[in-house]
Amino acid sequence: MFEKALKGNNYYWIWLAFLGSLMAIGAFCYVRQFNYGLGLTGMSRDVSWGLYISQFTFLVGVAAGGVMLVLPYYVHNFKAFGRITILGEFLAIAALLMCLTFIVADLGQPMRMLNVILHAQPRSMLFYDMIVLNGYLFLNILCGWVILTAERKQVPPPKWIYIFVYISIPFAISIHTVTAMLYCGLPGRHFWLSAIIAPRFLASAFAAGPALIVVAALILKRVANFDAGKKAIDKMVTIIIYAALTNAFFVILEFFVGYYSNIPGHKHTLQYLFFGLEHNGHVYNNLVPFMWAFVALGIAGVALLAIPYSRKKNEFLLGLGCVMLFVSLWLDKGIGFVLGGFVPTPLEEITEYYPTANEIFITIGVWAMGFFVLTILYKIAVGVEHEIEA
Amino acid sequence: MDKKRRDFLKIAGVSTLAGLGGATVAGRLVSGSSPVQARAAHVVDSAAQEAGHGAPKAEAGGHGATGEVAKSGNRWGMVIDMRKFREHPGLAEKVVHTCHSIHNVPNFPDKKDEIKWIWLMEYENVFPEHSHYFKNKELLDHEVLVMCNHCDNPPCVKACPTRATFKNKDGIVAMDYHRCIGCRFCMAACPYGARSFNWRNPRDYIENYNREFPSRMRGVVEKCNLCAERVALGKQPACVEACGDTKAMIFGNLNDPDSEIRQVLKANYTIQRKPSLGTHPSVFYIV
Ligand code: SF4
Ligand code: SF4
Repeated sequence: MFEKALKGNNYYWIWLAFLGSLMAIGAFCYVRQFNYGLGLTGMSRDVSWGLYISQFTFLVGVAAGGVMLVLPYYVHNFKAFGRITILGEFLAIAALLMCLTFIVADLGQPMRMLNVILHAQPRSMLFYDMIVLNGYLFLNILCGWVILTAERKQVPPPKWIYIFVYISIPFAISIHTVTAMLYCGLPGRHFWLSAIIAPRFLASAFAAGPALIVVAALILKRVANFDAGKKAIDKMVTIIIYAALTNAFFVILEFFVGYYSNIPGHKHTLQYLFFGLEHNGHVYNNLVPFMWAFVALGIAGVALLAIPYSRKKNEFLLGLGCVMLFVSLWLDKGIGFVLGGFVPTPLEEITEYYPTANEIFITIGVWAMGFFVLTILYKIAVGVEHEIEA
Repeated sequence: MDKKRRDFLKIAGVSTLAGLGGATVAGRLVSGSSPVQARAAHVVDSAAQEAGHGAPKAEAGGHGATGEVAKSGNRWGMVIDMRKFREHPGLAEKVVHTCHSIHNVPNFPDKKDEIKWIWLMEYENVFPEHSHYFKNKELLDHEVLVMCNHCDNPPCVKACPTRATFKNKDGIVAMDYHRCIGCRFCMAACPYGARSFNWRNPRDYIENYNREFPSRMRGVVEKCNLCAERVALGKQPACVEACGDTKAMIFGNLNDPDSEIRQVLKANYTIQRKPSLGTHPSVFYIV
């Protein structure tokens, strides 16, 4: 089916070339980092995870979000999702590839990566994360491919594939749960040490993933003549709104626990993220603008999705709402959550983190790689749809 | 694990299974009468009074999942006597310098690349759970030595996906630099900020290279190893040796009731860092 990715109009090729050049810049920057070491990033002893791991954390959610299409379609037999379930599965593939690349980019000794398997340590959450991420990637490739092939031949998919489809549903939940467990099992890091992290992650994932799919569906409608159908989009928007509100609710709960209990450790990071934290006469607040942008974009995004005019009548506003929400959730999970957790340090100090240009270009390169893969996969999926129609 | 001990465990296991003597084994485990647990309970208990936090109390009652504490053989620990450091100005700096030079710890000009095994911090940074109102002047004016606590229940070991960080039978939490993949999960897990990462090649920043100890490559984590290489030869850790006769740092076997460290622990009120987290540090402070 790959031949479908090889035929396209000029815009298609320009888009791929654009992504390709970003990938090349990223690769060049990665070679620099590989030769010098992670010292080329803005990370330090105090903030020992930076952009790479925070992007990874966010993208695991995007990957898991695809399940919001798979589940209604296969479990509840919600027919309207028929045409776009494949978009969810393919999005998961692209997002997981980004996740794995970010992890590799973050390793100090990437050549030893296999030690995670060779010397596996089953008490480490990272071990399980590796298993579920790779497992989910495999499941999505398998299910996506088999179902698309069957569709192309216009025969029902083989029965055995449903077993894997059903397995993929708990896997989607587990990738984000285990990723949350990377954080919420650590002693002494109050901001992460919260039982609500996994649900919060899932809620934001179920909003962010579908939001991206809606945007993709709206774009495909314009550029590729692929209509997901009004009913499907509308249902997804409903899912997005509920998930985004649940996420907001969880964030508010964190505030309640921190500020009502008044335990300093539980307040510090929230204070740092949203208002700036004073320490030895200096106010540290470099993430404050990001966090208020998260709030503002979140509210505006949900409003756009909820107002009947923008939701039903104006596709541009609908898309805009989804983009705003996606960016908002990215600010929350892809920036604030991971970076904020390092403030204050275990020794009650504050070190602020600023990514370097090299680090930012690698990050952009990985994102470009993800969109590159996504474009090709969507091209194939849409190509198959058109073939059936013809 | 030596063969005898393994055989014993096998027999104990079988008899427990068979329901024979199970109660006795369980009884032993619950009563936790081993010296280490006893000291942990004792110390944690007293620290709890000061910290005013309930958790450690419960632990002393056998509630905390502390993991098994080695009951026999050597179990290394350290006492840091801050009174002695106040009496001998400059001693702490000497200790830091000795450790860092014999272990080839690089000295980077930029704080961002920083690596440290043992260093000085303000009292309130080291003991954030303790009350800070109306601190006495001595505590205010003197910084405290901090290092890896060689926790009985080390979160860094649990987090490490490759077993590059591991706990020895003698309680030393050590590292295999050749196995570390540099994921830095252990750094996020350590609640004491005891770990450093080689953000760049350390070898250019080692002032006087000590050929007897390996230097590290970039991309791996490192930390205090309680001088495992010296202890294995029956020597004292370098920091302890640097203190000379001041007895500002005392190293020894916590499992031996007659050891010097046990006598010191018995005679003094000691505290540990962040006892409520249940990591059970093996480094004790006399403030
Ligand atoms: S102090 Fe930190 S690095 Fe040392 S054993 Fe405890 S958790 Fe591990
Ligand atoms: S950085 Fe090294 S020692 Fe630390 S958790 Fe990763 S592999 Fe283990």
